[in-house]
Amino acid sequence: MISTIFKMLSYPFMQRALLVGILVSLCAALLGVSLVLKRYSMIGDGLSHVGFGALAISMALGFAPLAFTIPVVVIAAFLLLRMNESSKIKGDAAIALISSSALAIGVITVSWSSGMNTDVNNYMFGSILAMSDEDVLLSVILSVVVLVLFVLYYNRIFAVTFDETFARATGVHAETYNMLLAFLTAVTTVLGMRMMGALLISSLLIFPALTSMRLCRTFRSVVLCSAILSVVCFLIGMALSFVVSSPAGATVVVVNLAAFLIFSLIAWFREH
Amino acid sequence: MALITCKDVTFAYEGVPVLTDVNFSVESGSYLCIVGENGSGKSTLIKGLLHLKNPSQGTIVTSDGLRHNEIGYLPQQTAAQKDFPASVWEVVLSGCQNHFRLLPYYTASDKKEALHNMELLDLLPLKKRCYRDLSGGQQQRVLLARALCATTKLLLLDEPVTGLDPVMTVEMYQLIRRINQEEKVTIIMVSHDIRNILADATHILHLDQKQLFFGLTEDYLKTEYGKQFLGGAGL
Repeated sequence: MISTIFKMLSYPFMQRALLVGILVSLCAALLGVSLVLKRYSMIGDGLSHVGFGALAISMALGFAPLAFTIPVVVIAAFLLLRMNESSKIKGDAAIALISSSALAIGVITVSWSSGMNTDVNNYMFGSILAMSDEDVLLSVILSVVVLVLFVLYYNRIFAVTFDETFARATGVHAETYNMLLAFLTAVTTVLGMRMMGALLISSLLIFPALTSMRLCRTFRSVVLCSAILSVVCFLIGMALSFVVSSPAGATVVVVNLAAFLIFSLIAWFREH
Repeated sequence: MALITCKDVTFAYEGVPVLTDVNFSVESGSYLCIVGENGSGKSTLIKGLLHLKNPSQGTIVTSDGLRHNEIGYLPQQTAAQKDFPASVWEVVLSGCQNHFRLLPYYTASDKKEALHNMELLDLLPLKKRCYRDLSGGQQQRVLLARALCATTKLLLLDEPVTGLDPVMTVEMYQLIRRINQEEKVTIIMVSHDIRNILADATHILHLDQKQLFFGLTEDYLKTEYGKQFLGGAGL
């Protein structure tokens, strides 16, 4: 058991994956609480598809992947938010439109540029080998920025999540905090999608928050519980994937699902 | 002195006026009830008073030391709030956010004020309870305490008794009366339920896409609108 862990930690690609993975899981869990409560759960999913398209284009044109993809996804996040607030196309429909279009453009770009199915596979379902040293450095810096901003504006985020109208009425610039939330979500989604995969990253945002809400009864405890759960599930998932050689991203999602079921069961027993 | 004055105010959505020529002022310490059918422009006026929507014509002026972010607001509850995991304490304290200076954190005096308002509304025993586990009346009291944290001068209440049973409705009105009379907080309330508040309200504003009546409650009862709206309640 312990020797397996040491063996796992001895690979440099594993060290990189664990470092970035822990930070991204933490960011995703914190933001996820607000996204779930604001009924924005699908935004992470939509953004990851946009991320896939942007990643495919940046690979084809030889741009630095993260440096190109992050701005594109941030812009998409602001657009989605705008559409949610005031538009003739409703928010959920807008997400479906944008995400499938971005996916289609991404798939076409990949097939033209390399014609290889492994690339598509890696983007879609993630690969822990995808991170270069520069990617890791950028990921660490951005994750820390996300965490600091979240802690700094924790009270504001609570107010805007619980009751946007009241917050606005008492002079809180709710739009600014919605934009901040969209920005942080966009950054986190892009950082996480290369490891977790475009199709699986949204689970990292949604699962920990939903799981904690089964049992926790205050906002603060939901946030803390999500953060801890997310990191624990990530670590268990990585270890499992190493032992039984399953894809890392998918394994982490399955561990999250297991945690959700366990919490739901406890909640059910508590009530009955 | 007038806390808030509306002068020739008109609101429009995409160029179509929904409420025209509203003229009234609310004196410090008074209790104004805004009545009218659905779609009469009550909610729009509320948004205007809170600076959430700008009038297309006219002006809304706050005075007597009242800043527009110092209005305590009790909104109608949203569906998302009903299952929101937050403690009563977290919700009440969030009313103090208009006191934030440089950093968005609560100070000791914010916490003291929140406790004071919870005591006033008899919420201290519920402090650690989860908001979603409370009854409708308790949730409404929590939101009222939050609104009081945001103001010492003016409370704006939007249909505060919607969904409450008759007993809780009466309790809610008693609380609002106490806040008006003992804490000297000016009240502006939107309500369908005019019969219950005639005893408390000092002024009535009746809207139907324009201003039909503004003045003292006893004068309102003598007008045609007043008699119609009460539907021959035998007063």
